[in-house]
Amino acid sequence: MKKVVLRGRKVVGGCAEGEALVTRDRISGWGGIDPRSGTIIETRHELRGQSFKGKVLVFPGAKGSSGWSGQFHIARLAGAAPLAMLFNEMTTKIALGAVVTHAPALTDFDQDPLEAIATGDWVRVDADNGIVEVTKRQR
Amino acid sequence: MRLADDEKAMLDGSEGPARQKAMELLVRYGEALGAERLVDTRNVCGTMGATMPFLRDYAAAHGGRLDAVFSEFSLDSPEVLEIPKVKVYSCHLQQGLDPEHAAQQGIPPQAVQVYRDGEAYFGRLGVQLMNTCTPYQVGNVPVKGEHCAWMESSAVVYCNSVLGARTNTEGRESAGAAMLTGKIPYWGYHLDGNRLGTHLVELAIEVKDTADWGLLGYWVGEAVQDRIPVLSGVGEIPNLARLKHFGASASSSGGVEMYHVVGVTPEARTREEAFGGRKPCAALRYGAAERRIAYERVNSTGRDRDVDYVMLGCPHYSLEQIWEVCQLLEGQRIHGNCSLWIFTPWATKQLADRNGYTRIIEDAGGFLMTDTCSSVGRVLPKGTKVAAVDSAKQAHYLPAIMGVQAWFGTTAECIQAAITGRWQGGLQ
Repeated sequence: MKKVVLRGRKVVGGCAEGEALVTRDRISGWGGIDPRSGTIIETRHELRGQSFKGKVLVFPGAKGSSGWSGQFHIARLAGAAPLAMLFNEMTTKIALGAVVTHAPALTDFDQDPLEAIATGDWVRVDADNGIVEVTKRQR
Repeated sequence: MRLADDEKAMLDGSEGPARQKAMELLVRYGEALGAERLVDTRNVCGTMGATMPFLRDYAAAHGGRLDAVFSEFSLDSPEVLEIPKVKVYSCHLQQGLDPEHAAQQGIPPQAVQVYRDGEAYFGRLGVQLMNTCTPYQVGNVPVKGEHCAWMESSAVVYCNSVLGARTNTEGRESAGAAMLTGKIPYWGYHLDGNRLGTHLVELAIEVKDTADWGLLGYWVGEAVQDRIPVLSGVGEIPNLARLKHFGASASSSGGVEMYHVVGVTPEARTREEAFGGRKPCAALRYGAAERRIAYERVNSTGRDRDVDYVMLGCPHYSLEQIWEVCQLLEGQRIHGNCSLWIFTPWATKQLADRNGYTRIIEDAGGFLMTDTCSSVGRVLPKGTKVAAVDSAKQAHYLPAIMGVQAWFGTTAECIQAAITGRWQGGLQ
């Protein structure tokens, strides 16, 4: 099975592994997700109707309201947070959001995670050592 | 991160467990950002209320203790801490309901009680209860260069761009921690070099009223995402309301936290100053075609022409906007199948009451409300299916949050819809 390894910078430490959910659209927190189910609700978002609960969420970054962290904070308490977060663009919204989600998170990768990872791939995240190991799904 | 002596002392617990937790959170957050240090701030705006159903349940599960809500949701501490008074000037942003219009909003009495308990609690902590998304409309007007720690994307973009003060988009937890410590990570928009323009936006058409500025913002936000647009070719100098609507939409469709308007905003006396002598990474043109694209995107959920709700005041209306509405509304009557709710800071409502504007709105069958809006409070007139708004930001969020259709148009088109019960707006 084909494996890909990415290296990045730790945002929040910890290890997790699970299935990837990948989007090229930035994610809005407040008004963009339903924090009780982890479902994307933004009207014109490509993941509208899908949930990131228990997934390794791979996305460009955060956008929209300053309620970003608050919504992901609620998602964690509601048991609907992503397992891990891998993203490209550092902002205060996503930094604080990742910190309060308590899920391992990485950024500043040596290759674009949006290219290297596809929805359904199996991803092992070791944020403490800055390593992401991707097992490509058989197609 | 390098910490100053007073920061190390707080981190070591010398000022008690709550300020210690606050400093721990700021360090975790600063390290996630890659910040090298913290900066002093004496101006913080955040939301702390517990009126949202999830937080209400959380408070109830902790014996109604608001210290528990503040500990978890403002400091990321599951341990319930005794919260001391805030250290610096701190303002409360919007809330989840208007206690004076709870009946219209369908708010249960328990929620109003949580609101009132919160008012007393945050008042004791020393938080200024402005209860608006527009603190700059009711007296919190930071000066150029002042380091702030504000939440609320529409206020952040106004603070950076129009006032020339410095803030990142903070969240509930970082604002809470800043209130208790007077510190925030020195990163992003606090630094000179990060405030320069990246994209040039040449205006090829005249941008007129607040709705038009909202459309421009919606298009610019999608085009530049979280970069820094520089508007050039602006004709008439835009007033507070127009820039408020521009920034609110640009921060909703994209993530714009700062923009420049050449010849208008304080860090853009010239185009060269706005770009800091660098070349723009892209040059965009906003003409009639771009305006139409924005209009169609903002109106993507509108289908049925029978309108049962008109919502104005996103961001919260200024007194000038209330006055304008009153001129359109005076002597008219809202259609029997339609409701009109207008949202404003409650300090502004006091003036509207005195000026007789509240009376004009109420005589027409509408309501002037405070503290919240339909998206934040998730409050709609009963049975609403189709709303009309003059805010691109509200048109962006309301359908996603409340599952209703939304028409976007000018304030006059919205008032016409309120009077006739029909949407007759269109791009002029």
